Amino acid sequence: MNSIGDDCNELKKQYDACFNNWFSERFLKGQTDDSVCAPIFKVYQECVKRAIREQKIELREVETDYTTTTEYDNNNNGSGSGSKPSKS
Amino acid sequence: MVVTASTCRTETVFDYSWKHVVSAYWNRYPNPSSTHVLTEDTIKREVRDGKLYSRRLLSKTNPVPKWGARFYNNVPVKIVEDSVLDPVKKTFTTFTRNLGMKKIMKVDEIVVYSEQKDGRTLAVRRAYISSQVFGFSRAIRAFGIERFKANGNKASSGFNYVLRRMFPQHQMAATSTPTTTSQQSTQPAVTTSASTQYGDMAVAVNHSSTNSNSSCSKTEALKRTAKIGYEFCKCHASKITQLFSVRN
Repeated sequence: MNSIGDDCNELKKQYDACFNNWFSERFLKGQTDDSVCAPIFKVYQECVKRAIREQKIELREVETDYTTTTEYDNNNNGSGSGSKPSKS
Repeated sequence: MVVTASTCRTETVFDYSWKHVVSAYWNRYPNPSSTHVLTEDTIKREVRDGKLYSRRLLSKTNPVPKWGARFYNNVPVKIVEDSVLDPVKKTFTTFTRNLGMKKIMKVDEIVVYSEQKDGRTLAVRRAYISSQVFGFSRAIRAFGIERFKANGNKASSGFNYVLRRMFPQHQMAATSTPTTTSQQSTQPAVTTSASTQYGDMAVAVNHSSTNSNSSCSKTEALKRTAKIGYEFCKCHASKITQLFSVRN
């Protein structure tokens, strides 16, 4: 599957591979330390954020909306509260 | 303007363990039923309190029909999917909604994947559909519900395809599962995918007689107004189908 930024495809592929391996081999087996994919995730994120900015995708809409989650499903209510939209 | 929402709920059972389902979830795309999904990115992810929180951004094709272009420009639809995965309780909840186009139709979808006693995985899908298009809100919401049902089959079909490919040895015997309501989707719904592309109008027309698989509120009230909307939509059916496709 492609990334939203054409130049991020290779980074995404590397990150997805790392994540999938971590997810099934570590996380599902009880190891919650996720530092193994952190470096590649960081690089991939910088690429995606640039693409999002270039394509003028308005993600703040998401952040504001997210507070209404609780009325739908309590399982979700922690997910968006920790971080503000990053403008970097 | 008063904005009312319609809700809808469906259940699907996957013949795979919860661990297989959640592992395959991150690899759902591409699949033969998801050709309209263009991109998929993880934009946030962290482990907190032993749970995995993810936010993903998806984009999908969006050919706007002529009448729809009056309301919005033609850009790919962006979808944001938040999820929480609890490996201890074995629950996985996804919360999905469209970015933009919210005045035409706003769809919030929640899916909870949990482990059944027989080891299979139950997915409960709920959607909250609202529209602010003056005069068409009800018809559009009714359309959204039909779209939701059709999409559910398509999504299960695509997901099952990925599951079979990833875990060919692990499909559980597809016995006649005594699960309740949803005969529509307990089996790998391969056969349904062919008809969904153009099947919306047919589904919509049949709406009044067949409502057994999903429990939709306000159905009675919607039927009457929906008919008018359906006539209007008929000639644009396939285009609208894609415009309002929410997620597969």
